[in-house]
Amino acid sequence: MLPPIFGVLFDGIAYGMLLFVLSVGLSVTLGLMNFVNLAHCAFAMLGGYVTVTLVNIFGWPFLATLPVAFVAAAVTSVVLERLLYRRLYRASDLDQVLLTIGLAFISVSVAAYIFGTIQQPIATPAALRGSFDFFGIGLGKYRLFLIGIALLVTLAMVIGLEYTRFGAQVRASVDNQRMARGLGIDVDWTFASTFALGSGLAGLGGALAIEIVGLDPNFSFTYLVYVLIVVSVGGLGSIAGSFAAAMLIGVSDIAGKYYVPELGAFLIYLVMVVVLMWKPAGLFGKR
Amino acid sequence: MANPTPLTPQGYLLARTRWHPLEILFWLATLLPFLVFPNYLSLASQIAITALFALSLDIILGYAGVVSLGHAAFFGIGAYSAAIFSKHVWGEPFSGLLVAAALAGLFGYATSFIISRFRHLPLIMITLGLGLLAHEVANSAHWLTGGSDGFQGVSTEPIFGLFRFDLYGKTAYAYSLAALFIVFLCARRLINSPFGLALRGIRENWNRMPAIGADSRAHIRKAYTIAAVIAGICGALLTQTTNSASLESISFQRSADVLVMLVLGGAGRLYGGLIGAAIFMIARDQFSGIAPQYWYFWIGILLVTVVMLLPNGILGGLSKLLGRWSRK
Amino acid sequence: MSAVDNNAGIALATRGLSRSFGSLVVARDIELNLPVGARYALIGPNGAGKTTLINLMTGMLPPNQGQIILGGEDITALSPQARVKRGLARTFQINSLFAHLNPLEAVTLAVCERRGISSRFWQNVAVNKDAIEEAYEILAKLKLGDVAYQTTRELPYGRQRLLEIALALATKPKVLLLDEPAAGVPQEESGDIFEVVAGLSNDLTLLFIEHDMHVVFRFATHIIVLVGGAVFTEGSPAEISADPGVREVYLGKRHHG
Repeated sequence: MLPPIFGVLFDGIAYGMLLFVLSVGLSVTLGLMNFVNLAHCAFAMLGGYVTVTLVNIFGWPFLATLPVAFVAAAVTSVVLERLLYRRLYRASDLDQVLLTIGLAFISVSVAAYIFGTIQQPIATPAALRGSFDFFGIGLGKYRLFLIGIALLVTLAMVIGLEYTRFGAQVRASVDNQRMARGLGIDVDWTFASTFALGSGLAGLGGALAIEIVGLDPNFSFTYLVYVLIVVSVGGLGSIAGSFAAAMLIGVSDIAGKYYVPELGAFLIYLVMVVVLMWKPAGLFGKR
Repeated sequence: MANPTPLTPQGYLLARTRWHPLEILFWLATLLPFLVFPNYLSLASQIAITALFALSLDIILGYAGVVSLGHAAFFGIGAYSAAIFSKHVWGEPFSGLLVAAALAGLFGYATSFIISRFRHLPLIMITLGLGLLAHEVANSAHWLTGGSDGFQGVSTEPIFGLFRFDLYGKTAYAYSLAALFIVFLCARRLINSPFGLALRGIRENWNRMPAIGADSRAHIRKAYTIAAVIAGICGALLTQTTNSASLESISFQRSADVLVMLVLGGAGRLYGGLIGAAIFMIARDQFSGIAPQYWYFWIGILLVTVVMLLPNGILGGLSKLLGRWSRK
Repeated sequence: MSAVDNNAGIALATRGLSRSFGSLVVARDIELNLPVGARYALIGPNGAGKTTLINLMTGMLPPNQGQIILGGEDITALSPQARVKRGLARTFQINSLFAHLNPLEAVTLAVCERRGISSRFWQNVAVNKDAIEEAYEILAKLKLGDVAYQTTRELPYGRQRLLEIALALATKPKVLLLDEPAAGVPQEESGDIFEVVAGLSNDLTLLFIEHDMHVVFRFATHIIVLVGGAVFTEGSPAEISADPGVREVYLGKRHHG
């Protein structure tokens, strides 16, 4: 028999994986353009509602909706990027914060208008329900699936960034934008596509999150806080940093809620403040 | 306007700090609710408190350029301090106000050492984190704050032992308005002081400040502490005038709302926050019939519009318009 | 700590000052001595590390090695603002001004910082008559009196260059490092700026970076040539203009080009 701590650890890791998928896109776009996008989780929420609609109204199988959630969030984000974000790349942090908080507010209202304020139910496939018994602790099948997807995403991102031409352009632009421009890299295009990919991943994360944390119109803000913590603790523009930070925050949050429930979310905020005081640029940050 | 005698440099700076007739008109207008809208005095009191809160954010954001997403922490500390003080010590309002201001200032001073080390995105994150942390502490310390059930047992005695906080909010508005006006006078003096000039220098060019021998971090610590004191006063005013304190006073929502009001009115202009707060609160009151989530739809639209079209807020837009008009 | 410290009459000195970014050496073992009242020019091809040297001396960039000695005192560990308070000021090659303040406010701010009254939040700035008049005098001396009340960003570029110098002077420096004071100013106006510089008090020690050799030979008493982050040579204008090595690395390429 394994002690319950392994079960807590397992849930924490699964939760961390979810946070990673939700936040990695923001980390890359923040590192790339230094743009403070507080509407990131609105794209995640969009993915969530796309999945809910397709499953509950059109009867699609859950798994088939995931790519659609990705694409919907990616396309919407690129439209907004071209219309609004692009004009504020050189503006102050404050203007970026205000614009994107405004968009997040709008997303909350629109979601509440269309879907109501209730938690959305979701039917996951039978194969993902229930749990395996592993030496006395229950490993949720859905959580295992989540970990699998997150590892696939990580693998795809690492390969994409390390071994493709696009990845090289992204890395060059993150490292030194001026030099990248000098080398003839179309930084604007690189950003737009990275932004779309990052938001798409958020959309995927939003769809995957429904089963774990539920979905309601406040998702845009509730998870924004988590995502920002992951990004700033991990360090801007660092995939490894986001991964490590997502694990740290996921495990601390679940463990905190399990062992010292009276502290609530206190623990993760404390982790964040302590890490940032120790390393203002985050664990893996360069700046 | 022809000015035959050129001003001395000192005379010029002095003239810039004189009261404009519009300012006097503004403060006279704050007395109107007593005469014209006696049914809205409670709302007027809330507006005065919120306006003061926006003014406090203006000192750090509008003048020193320090963006904070967690300013409600100090509001909340003030609100709970006043509540706890009235329950466990005594209900005399002025002493409660002072205790709240002092405690908020103490926390502001302590955290200012963290704040002043950061800029840009890390600063936004740190202020957000500290704000959420404060909210969590208030939520967890159920024995002290009542947590999500709200604080029970605030009892505020009459002002000077004479003026009871009545149902119509007459005393409440007079009290809040007096506090707003007095603190505004102090803030106005601060803005026109050598220190205020240094804060504007930090906002205009952080990198140049060390090259003229300025210790920007020390300035920011001081400004942040002062802003915390004022925010603490606001929280205490809300507790005393409503006889209640709740988690709402320390929430992220409040931090975000005050930012919206300030930016809507125009940051860095003293009156921007006051006007932004009045518009925001009156609009919210008028639309109170609709569910809060739809209210935020309009706030969102407003924010996007202000950022895209009115980068200096309503007051900035107005003064630009006036400038264009007078040049013709 | 070393024997060099007893050099009397040296306003600013560096000892073995070095700095590199990875494998790129931007300052290599730099030894400088600026006597009190000096009018020194720092020249060298682009990328020679001239601005970097000013950044190192003023503390905006920490050195990997070496010391900076101001008036016999080792200031290497001091913050930039503490160095300013001890009398080491600089100007910037690219204007670094307070866009929405006017010159009077900006220079008054610098004067208040020097006088240690900038943290007074309880008194009207206008009551500090001495500070304001001092600020105005500095502006008048730099021919900025007539634009003292105009917003900085609306000033003509040449006036903004002068305001750069005014801000530095407001700190009452003993040593002033001027990073291309006439950068970007049309040639016929750059003389005006250097006339102002030449008119500064003789007690003030000056080091300026400048590309225009006419200006350098006219205003400098001593020239330091920096190449690849190291001092290539130094000497009087006559010596430098006669040095065939300098001609090759610098004058040959830039002069009469």
